[in-house]
Amino acid sequence: MAGATLQDCRVLDAPLDCAAAQAWLADAGGAAGATVLFTGQVRDEAGTVSSLFLEHYPAMTEKVLDQIAAQVADRWPLARVLAWHRVGAMSTGDTIVVVGVAAAHRAEAFEACSCLMDRVKTEVPLWKKVSGAGGDAEWVEARTSDLRAARRWHEEPGEDEH
Amino acid sequence: MIEVLFFAGLREQLGTERALLEWTPDLRDVSAVRARLAQGDRAWEEALGAGEQVLAAVNEELAQAVTPVQDGDVVAFFPPVTGG
Repeated sequence: MAGATLQDCRVLDAPLDCAAAQAWLADAGGAAGATVLFTGQVRDEAGTVSSLFLEHYPAMTEKVLDQIAAQVADRWPLARVLAWHRVGAMSTGDTIVVVGVAAAHRAEAFEACSCLMDRVKTEVPLWKKVSGAGGDAEWVEARTSDLRAARRWHEEPGEDEH
Repeated sequence: MIEVLFFAGLREQLGTERALLEWTPDLRDVSAVRARLAQGDRAWEEALGAGEQVLAAVNEELAQAVTPVQDGDVVAFFPPVTGG
């Protein structure tokens, strides 16, 4: 349960409006003195990538985003939590994801936003296919570093990874 | 009947996005569904064999190999996710 936290999760087949996301988080007002917003852009990978297609599982994508946002709002005291993900065709430099939170103080805002993004990368059914200028397309492989980053949020505090 | 969906690289590898399986009592969990699909065809065995890293969902919830499956469920298989 997200309690009193307002939540805005969307899967969009159109450019993401980062300014609107920031404005919605800042609009929390009241005791919320901190907002943290993360945006991710399509990398050109040293010129080898010119476009990207993001496939997803339509019946599941927004549902998982909602669940992750609700769980993050359960763990930290947040006023607002936002997760927007773009799908479909994109070019390098385009914003692919925006996640953010509003909270009373920066410590929980940074931590919650970091957890939110790590989990979005590893749990939401989305798959990147990148194309070079020549039109050759290939699926992006999942990174173990992303899995490791997400796993730390599942561990008990102080528990070492072996 | 169990509806099975495939996504991304796995969908391309199999050349289909959907399969229907006649439900039988031995299809009790995700691993049983996967094993049934991998039977009898070389390409499917290679794509869905035990050594391949494949994620699953049952009725749009992330699932494990031991997650129960019932008649009428929608089971999805896909590669590790790469969003963000």
